[in-house]
Amino acid sequence: MGRYILKRLAISVVTVWLIATCSFFLLHALPGNPFASTQVLPADVIEQLMKYYGLDQPLWDQYLKFMENLLHGDFGYSLKYAGQSVNGIIMSTFPVSAQLGLQAYFLSLPLGVLFGIIAARRRGKAVDYALVGFSVLGVSVPVFIVASLFQYVFAVKLGWLPVAQWKSFSHTVLPTLTLALGSIAGRTRTMRTLMLEVTAEDYVKTAKAKGLSSAKIVWSHQIRNAIIPMIPNLGMEIVGILMGSFVVEQIFAIPGIGAHFVKSVTSLDYTMTLGLTVFFGIFVVGANFIFDLVYGLVDPRIRVVK
Amino acid sequence: MTETTKGAAAGLTNEDFQPVLSEKSADVIVRPSVSYWADVLRRLKSDKVAMISFGVIFVIALFAIFAPMFSPYDYETTNLKATNLAPCAEHWFGTDQLGRDLWARVWVGARVSLFIGLGGAIAPQLAGILIGGVSGYFGGWVDMVIMRIIDIGVCIPELVYITLMMLFMGSGPMAIILTIGMVGWMGSARFIRGRVMQFKNREFVLAAKTQGASPLRQIFRYILPNILGQQVVSITAAIPGAIFMEAYLSFIGLGIKSPMTSWGQLSQVGASFYRVHPYQLFIPGALISVTILAFYLFGNCLRDALDPHLRD
Amino acid sequence: MSERILEVRDLAVSFDTYAGEVQAVRGIHFHLDRGETLAIVGESGCGKSVTVQTIMKLLPSPPARIKSGSILYQGEELVGKSDKEMENYRGKEFSMIFQDSMTSLNPTMRVGKQLCEGIRKHQRIGAEEAKAVAVNMLREVGLPNPEKAFRQYPHTLSGGMRQRVMIAMAIACSPKILFADEPTTALDVTMQAQILDLMNQLKADTGAAIILITHDLGVVAQMADRISVMYAGEIVESGTAAEVFYNPCHPYTWGLLGSMPSIAGSSRQAKEELLSIPGTPPDLFAPPAGCAFAARCSYCMKACLKADPPEFTADDGHMARCWLLDGRAAPVTPPVGRKAPAGKEGA
Repeated sequence: MGRYILKRLAISVVTVWLIATCSFFLLHALPGNPFASTQVLPADVIEQLMKYYGLDQPLWDQYLKFMENLLHGDFGYSLKYAGQSVNGIIMSTFPVSAQLGLQAYFLSLPLGVLFGIIAARRRGKAVDYALVGFSVLGVSVPVFIVASLFQYVFAVKLGWLPVAQWKSFSHTVLPTLTLALGSIAGRTRTMRTLMLEVTAEDYVKTAKAKGLSSAKIVWSHQIRNAIIPMIPNLGMEIVGILMGSFVVEQIFAIPGIGAHFVKSVTSLDYTMTLGLTVFFGIFVVGANFIFDLVYGLVDPRIRVVK
Repeated sequence: MTETTKGAAAGLTNEDFQPVLSEKSADVIVRPSVSYWADVLRRLKSDKVAMISFGVIFVIALFAIFAPMFSPYDYETTNLKATNLAPCAEHWFGTDQLGRDLWARVWVGARVSLFIGLGGAIAPQLAGILIGGVSGYFGGWVDMVIMRIIDIGVCIPELVYITLMMLFMGSGPMAIILTIGMVGWMGSARFIRGRVMQFKNREFVLAAKTQGASPLRQIFRYILPNILGQQVVSITAAIPGAIFMEAYLSFIGLGIKSPMTSWGQLSQVGASFYRVHPYQLFIPGALISVTILAFYLFGNCLRDALDPHLRD
Repeated sequence: MSERILEVRDLAVSFDTYAGEVQAVRGIHFHLDRGETLAIVGESGCGKSVTVQTIMKLLPSPPARIKSGSILYQGEELVGKSDKEMENYRGKEFSMIFQDSMTSLNPTMRVGKQLCEGIRKHQRIGAEEAKAVAVNMLREVGLPNPEKAFRQYPHTLSGGMRQRVMIAMAIACSPKILFADEPTTALDVTMQAQILDLMNQLKADTGAAIILITHDLGVVAQMADRISVMYAGEIVESGTAAEVFYNPCHPYTWGLLGSMPSIAGSSRQAKEELLSIPGTPPDLFAPPAGCAFAARCSYCMKACLKADPPEFTADDGHMARCWLLDGRAAPVTPPVGRKAPAGKEGA
């Protein structure tokens, strides 16, 4: 187990380093410069700006500087928002996105699993059809349509909840629901399939042959074995939620990190794009690492093999 | 020996108790054997959901091809005297804030979205077949290197690839397809590698090898046909994802940009005004949803038809 | 003879699949007396497993469906009992040893817990007591270190050990009938003998009756008191082990016996030929009108293609469904020359 953790940790570090390095060189290979797009600046001003941000240095020196700062957890300064550090922008906006994402994640996790179990248990019955219908629709409708519909119906027409902004808990309800809906739908389907697969397993028949009640079989034999294969994917699902949150933040005017990310990409704000990319990279790679460890802990077969 | 039980022997004559040795062969196949693909087609045809979803896709594709040809309006001609018109007899889907006819834009957008859907589903598969095939067939250090690259590659979040690729290649449909390909090839390469390793030592492949078939011929002629069914299913299943990705990227402003259009681009513009002009968002939105739903359901039916064991 | 604890009459089971109805079991009857071992023999897919799983009501329904018949356990009708009612029988009155101990044990649950579940359910005792019973059970089936095995996961045990765990689970609540579905097929030969010995010994200790499902006639010879030969969902021949082995009446049984290499046979008759049965069993989507075996039978007559043969009694308690036993058929010499226990060994 110790060796397994070390190996996974090493892969994670290499991955983050690769993300940082590739992003750095690709961004610097891009044509154009970040100060050209917004307003027409005199050539000497641009030169001064380049010098100020160290962009006139040889690429290799810039890279070393970047890596050194990165090791200290410093992403540098935004080229567009004068005087603002990338760290500062992340600190002020990421908590909002994180709250939205986590609320959606922890809403969708149990609900999706629950719906999947119910559908599998009531297979072929009305409840099953309803849940399967919901899950098919849920994965077919893009999140911006769901967001707009929810906003229109529950906020504009019915007035139950605030239309937009991020001020109190009630402001978070609609965005969270919107973001969670797709994950709930997807997970309902996955969980249903896994439960049905597990139902056909021999050990379920053994449990039945022991005289256990079907509720007990579902609870102590099926659910655990059905959930285990889902665990390694939970980390990657965070990416999905994160990407979805960009759309939801845009529609509900939430001051999260999404808008900054998109803006930095389209306006060639190198340091900002780079910083956010590496930040997301660390975040997702870290989440994957943790879920892999959990997987190893939960599945006794992995524990021994690795 | 005595006969005790019921009179089941009634109606049988002595003559019936003569041996019939010559008339029959031992191997009697009771059901007529049908070729695999004919069988798949038969199952698909008898599946209502498959037929309806296929019909929907077919109709949408027809409109995407022909509607712009027969529309009196061009998708990019602005008309500032007729902005934001609701759907009417003149403009079936209304006009946008620059007075462009949305009927034309929606169906030109359909072309782009469907093209990306197909291309985005096929590109990663092709890359995956090539790389995974090489990796699985040759094994050894080639395989080792490719697999390590993939191990690390799949750890990198999708978002990072997308950002970098979109930065590099701009925002056209091809850029989106390549981006999806970059993200998606690793999964299919792993899958293909597994199958190739499974098949490459089967007798029929070894037989081809002894007759001097080249590695590529072995892969394409002997191994791939055996996994073709699964590939078709994977591609169909990947189309909704690719359409989704286009819509998503265009919506957050990294994808297709005006005056070019797509369903995602139309939704992005529509979303800013949907409280005043709901049709501008909900028409492209509904089309995306219906198309994805149809592809999704058809993909499921196709999978069931190809492998009836998955159904019950 | 003695008390009859299981009687199956005219049982027919079908599976409703989307391609149509599969008639897996087509009107069989057999019985089981206290303490005896009945072997059900046949090729894969002939309905052996379906039969016993139907008795235990283990098959998911749909698609499985009992079309007709009755299953009497100590005179009590089991057909029509709900899943809930059956829970009190399964594991307690009768239990099952499955073929593949790798897939039949839950991979993510410790062996001990899997054992205790059934014990606690039927004996209504606490966790500590159940553990004591379970460890004792593991010792009884011959696990060298029962306390350790109790805490292990199934995949850490060897195949033979796992099968012992399966047996411990099956006999934990001293059932009256033990269904053993190919209990040794997945094991290597030396382990097979050990497991069969264990089963025989447990049977002697507990007095349980065993229904043994197998296609391995060697296993049958070692275990069975009586034999039922199944083919295409029907019992084509049944009788005591001696009668079926030494005086087989059905051509299918001849085929089965002939395809078994016999050490005794080869010493007696150095070049005894191994027989094989040509062809494959019929499609149970559409069973043939006449005898199901007719297409593969080298003694086939016109009658066989016209009507399914009824049960003919060869000797007392020895039954076969074959038109060759009809008085009008010409007598045939069975190709497997075991008319009587040959030579000096005596009848």
